[in-house]
Amino acid sequence: MIPFISKRLFVALCVCLTVSALSFALMFLSGDPAIAIAGSGGRAEDAEAIRIAYGFDRPIVVQYFDWVGSALVGNLGQSIYFNVPVTEIIGNRVGVTLTLGFISFFVALVVAIPLGIAAALRPNGWIDRIALVIAVSGQAIPSFWLGLMSIVVFGVWYGWVPISGAASWQGYILPVIVLSYYAVPELMRITRSGMIEVLGTDYIRAAKAKGLPMRLVISRHALRNAVLPLVSLAAVQLGQLLSGSIVIESVFALNGLGRLAWESLLRSDLPVVQAIILILALLYVLLTTLADILNAVLDPRLRGAS
Amino acid sequence: MIETILDIQSLRVSLPTDRGVLNAVRGVDLQIKRGQTLCLVGESGCGKSLTAMSIMGLLPRYAQVTSDRFEMVGQDLSKKTEAKLAKMRGRDVAMIFQDPTSALNPTLTIGRQLTEGVMRSEGLSRKEADARAIELLDRVGISNPAARLTQYPHGFSGGQRQRIMIASALMGRPRLLIADEPTTALDVTIQAQILQLLGELQSDLGLSILLITHDLGVVAAIATEVAVMYAGRIAECASASDLFATPMHPYTKGLLAAIPVPGVTPRGCELPAIPGRVPGLIGTMNGCAFRDRCAHSLSRCADDPVPQYYPGTGRFVECVKAAEAET
Ligand SMILES: Nc1ncnc2c1ncn2[C@@H]1O[C@H](COP(=O)(O)OP(=O)(O)OP(=O)(O)O)[C@@H](O)[C@H]1O
Ligand SMILES: [Mg+2]
Repeated sequence: MIPFISKRLFVALCVCLTVSALSFALMFLSGDPAIAIAGSGGRAEDAEAIRIAYGFDRPIVVQYFDWVGSALVGNLGQSIYFNVPVTEIIGNRVGVTLTLGFISFFVALVVAIPLGIAAALRPNGWIDRIALVIAVSGQAIPSFWLGLMSIVVFGVWYGWVPISGAASWQGYILPVIVLSYYAVPELMRITRSGMIEVLGTDYIRAAKAKGLPMRLVISRHALRNAVLPLVSLAAVQLGQLLSGSIVIESVFALNGLGRLAWESLLRSDLPVVQAIILILALLYVLLTTLADILNAVLDPRLRGAS
Repeated sequence: MIETILDIQSLRVSLPTDRGVLNAVRGVDLQIKRGQTLCLVGESGCGKSLTAMSIMGLLPRYAQVTSDRFEMVGQDLSKKTEAKLAKMRGRDVAMIFQDPTSALNPTLTIGRQLTEGVMRSEGLSRKEADARAIELLDRVGISNPAARLTQYPHGFSGGQRQRIMIASALMGRPRLLIADEPTTALDVTIQAQILQLLGELQSDLGLSILLITHDLGVVAAIATEVAVMYAGRIAECASASDLFATPMHPYTKGLLAAIPVPGVTPRGCELPAIPGRVPGLIGTMNGCAFRDRCAHSLSRCADDPVPQYYPGTGRFVECVKAAEAET
């Protein structure tokens, strides 16, 4: 297990370095950052002064290591637009995104896994059919439309929940429902197909042949093998829920990271965009690494293979 | 009188399919006495595995099963609830499978898989169950058994895994062991070892074995009784020596054309090909199912019911000609 984990962590570290280099390069993607900061009306002397003030005149490798070094101690630079540390802006926004993402993820798992199992136990039964309808509609209906419709119906007509914002916990109800609705289909389908495959194996028949009750056959023998593919998918899904909620955050007027990224992009506030991309990319690396380790905990064959 | 472990009469198993109801098992009679090894032989698709699964109570939910008698160790299984049947599994009857690499759960330790059944059914403590597992692993020829309990299946070879499966099946001290082609997936030398092990265990433990196989060499090596199955029915049933000496059913005669002799026929001797094809099992069928492939068929062979002939204790043939020849 230890060699497996250290190997995985080493790979993760390499990916982190690549990711950091790419997000660093973003700064230079739009041309000379000094001119970008000086603004379109800025004079050449201003740009030159900015270049020296920000250190853009130094060799790029030096700039990169300087940037990585300060990122490691929690300094992601200054926002050009707000002129305050990027970490401070992100710190104000990240709570909303994390709350929304993790709750939606949890809700999606709680719905998708039991539904997937129930569908697998009776393929083509009525639960399976309902599950299929949910899956297909979840993939066919655009999320902004569902978000807007739910606001109209539950916020405007019935007035059950706030129309926008996250001032109270009720503000999270609709966004969580809409967001998790999109995570459910894939999670459910992979649970269902994994479960159907596992239920057909000889070791499940052997477990039944030992006289174990069906409840134990499923929980001890089937589920553990069926969730292996689910773990990797869930990690990616969680990453998407934490990073890809720009649309939902905009529709529900939630001040999260997704919205911040979008606004900063419009304002050409590159240090903020850069920091968000870096954080989300590192988050993906962290999640997939955790998923791999969790899979190795569940499946001894993976540990042996390392 | 020797105790009857399994007594089945007129077992029928039907499965709904897209093309209609598949009558896969169409009235099977089987009897196994204590200490006997009954080999069930027959072509692929004739219903051997479904017969075994119905004894285990492990048929798919949609399968329809009926029988006139279904008794195991003196108990009527047809009157039992699913919960009571589950209690008998592992304790009265246990099963080993064809492919030992897929019959062990890859994510659980050997020890867990061996002990989980008896810890529930007999209420054994972890220590007692481990002790029994170690004893059985030792008995089936797994070296250093105590250390193996904490290992996972992927570290073992196919032959070792089949030994572990046998040990696992014996944990509940069953009276009847069902083995569905237990050596097909193994190479020849390992096959011989596994068969020898089964034979030894049988005499040591007074076990009865129902062994399903395609391999007449396996039959010659281990069977005390043989039931020849054709298209969902038992065509002929006899002691192994009688069957090899004087096969009566034309289908059995066809199978034995390779003249397997107990102790002489090498293992790996597959059933010889008989010209013609097995009839489809969808819908009803009248008369003898083998008549289209039979060299001696008569017009009466299409009549129902096909006469049955009992030429001696435990012997049984279902054939017009065989019945007439003797009367
Ligand atoms: N779950 C099922 N659903 C539908 N048909 C089935 C099912 N299981 C088996 N059958 C059919 O029932 C018939 C008997 O199957 P069975 O598995 O008992 O054959 P078998 O004698 O064990 O063959 P083999 O030697 O190939 O293992 C076959 O025609 C098979 O296609
Ligand atoms: Mg079979």
